[in-house]
Amino acid sequence: MIGSFKKSLGISLWFMFLTLPLIVVKVNTLNNTVEWRWANLIWVGLAAFVISGLWQLAVKQQELRRLKFAASGRKVTIKPSLAQRLFDDPVLSRRLLAGAAVLAVAFPWLVSTGQNFYHVNIMVSALIFVVLGLGLNITVGLAGLLDLGYIAFFAVGAYTYALLNSHFGFGFWLCLPLGGLMGMLFGMVLGFPILRLRGDYLAIVTLGFGSITKIVLENWDTVTGGAAGIANIPRPELFSLVLDGREKSVYSYYLILALVVLTIFVTNRLKNSRIGRAWMALREDEIACVAMGVDMARTKLSAYALGAFWAGLVGVIFAAHNSFINPDSFTFMDSAMILAMVVLGGMGSILGVIIAALALKLLPEYLRAFAEYRMLVFGGVMVLMMIFRPQGLISNMRRKYENAALAEEKNNDVR
Amino acid sequence: MDYFLELLCSGFVKGSIYALIALGYTMVYGIIQLINFAHGEVYMIGAFVALIVAGVMTMSGFSGLAVLFIAAIIAIIYAAAYGYTLEKIAYRPLRNAPRLSPLISAIGASIFLMNYVQLAQTSDFLPFPELVPEFEFLEPVAHILSSADLLILVVTSLSMVGLTLLIKYTKIGKAMRATQQDMVMARLVGINIDRVISVTFIIGSILAAIAGVLIASRTGQINSAIGFMAGIKAFTAAVLGGIGNIPGAVLGGLVLGIAETMGAGYISSAYEDVFAFGLLVLILILRPAGLLGKAVKQKV
Repeated sequence: MIGSFKKSLGISLWFMFLTLPLIVVKVNTLNNTVEWRWANLIWVGLAAFVISGLWQLAVKQQELRRLKFAASGRKVTIKPSLAQRLFDDPVLSRRLLAGAAVLAVAFPWLVSTGQNFYHVNIMVSALIFVVLGLGLNITVGLAGLLDLGYIAFFAVGAYTYALLNSHFGFGFWLCLPLGGLMGMLFGMVLGFPILRLRGDYLAIVTLGFGSITKIVLENWDTVTGGAAGIANIPRPELFSLVLDGREKSVYSYYLILALVVLTIFVTNRLKNSRIGRAWMALREDEIACVAMGVDMARTKLSAYALGAFWAGLVGVIFAAHNSFINPDSFTFMDSAMILAMVVLGGMGSILGVIIAALALKLLPEYLRAFAEYRMLVFGGVMVLMMIFRPQGLISNMRRKYENAALAEEKNNDVR
Repeated sequence: MDYFLELLCSGFVKGSIYALIALGYTMVYGIIQLINFAHGEVYMIGAFVALIVAGVMTMSGFSGLAVLFIAAIIAIIYAAAYGYTLEKIAYRPLRNAPRLSPLISAIGASIFLMNYVQLAQTSDFLPFPELVPEFEFLEPVAHILSSADLLILVVTSLSMVGLTLLIKYTKIGKAMRATQQDMVMARLVGINIDRVISVTFIIGSILAAIAGVLIASRTGQINSAIGFMAGIKAFTAAVLGGIGNIPGAVLGGLVLGIAETMGAGYISSAYEDVFAFGLLVLILILRPAGLLGKAVKQKV
């Protein structure tokens, strides 16, 4: 107890030292003013003290659990998680699903009255990110190919619609599949040169690709409208009916909802298909997978193409819903955000990705006071999640068995 | 011809800054195979601490190279402290985790640090006090090589020589080389791996802080977002030269800096970053191991 108290004290002093120049002194070299904010230092000290105490507790708990498990015998028992148990129960899961469906369909009528459709619009942008999360889940979660430039495909879709519409007058419904196909094409174009690369190289090339896309959009003024972007993109049409503002939002909502359902359906089927299994095999062990006769090039390319397809598709809806796009919507931070959804949700888990995407998009919307600290918390949570719950919110059953096997191996090593 | 020389010089200067940051990436990668995504943030923090110290000192009436020197020393101390803490919190608990976990943790740490500085200070660009005097002997070539440029070239060369000596001739350098070759074996012969990794992070952070202070005094302004691009570029340089390879990082940095400035100077400055990444993709397709790296067959 005293030991951990001392340790916490030391850590809190260390953090007070660490944050001293940046948090205490606020220097403005523009108008030559210095502000000394000593009060902040005390807060940092206190916060570091409490957090380090909690941290030590968490680490101790983890250790204790491991020891207990080691003492209890060698067999690892795998307890299905709550979500898993719910899904395994056919009646209950069907009821839950039906409830969720009813809620989703009734949502715009529950939260919006008259001309107030603020919540519907927020939900549309959250659902857009759900589709993006599910799309990236194919590339990262299933195939294990890290993609840090995923937002580029989203941009491709959005610009496909905006440009085809403003130059050639193509309608929304024609552009929707075209956007998806363009995304797919770009996915293949990106996929080809990096087929041979592994892990970390992949991350940096995809990141570079994302940045290049944004730079080109920003600077190719004559075509993309540069940093100012493209305005007056028509909303999706519905049999040439004239819709007012609220109806347009509600319509967009149902559109994106339908797309979410379609994405869930397709990813779920893909997951258990031949190609899905090939992806997972590739993720686990590339060499073994290729040795078993899986065509690596085709499998990897299809993972990129199918992941990018959804981003392109939903990009069209994004452009149509916002009726204005510019390159600022497609930054690295957005790519990182989508990646965080996949990671926090539990890689490969569809339900987890949906929950994480909704949480990450909706919480900051409704906690406006908190908005300033949003990215700070977000970065911190990413680190903590990796340390304390690397499997994500909802972990995959298959992953659980693997982790258990790993733990057992380690346990045997210790003995 | 003058224009070419000018571009070459500024490319060289830029490249040596990339090289300094790239060394941190390559050393860390060589030992624990991790892309330390937050390395660019450490560079930014180094520059910011120097800005704060230099700003406070110039406002109290000091000026000149001495201020820059003191600011640099404090920046180095802080960057080293941040690098050390970063490794302890974000990477050490994940040392035996799957490859993707520390990488994601690194991205999280990078986002955290960037926003931390932005909240604690500002997201606007702040001017860095002018501390480098005009050297008189540079008068005839001033349009090609400014005194800040000369300072950068001298300091980066000295740092690289220092690093080489450290790695070649000191005990900790030997331990680092051993750990890079085979971590398990190094542990067996009694090398404290944790300490070696900590020292690697500290050295990398020191180099990044030096780069940060130098670039801040050359460009004359910084903000909390400079770390991101610089970090990616430096990592590109490290990959270009062959990751894990120390002379490779220096070569990669110089090649990248010169290629980028030439592209920007002769073709279009708006697409500067595109040239950098284009070069990266090209190298990875043609020579995946980098310029100086050796292709290693993956063993099962």
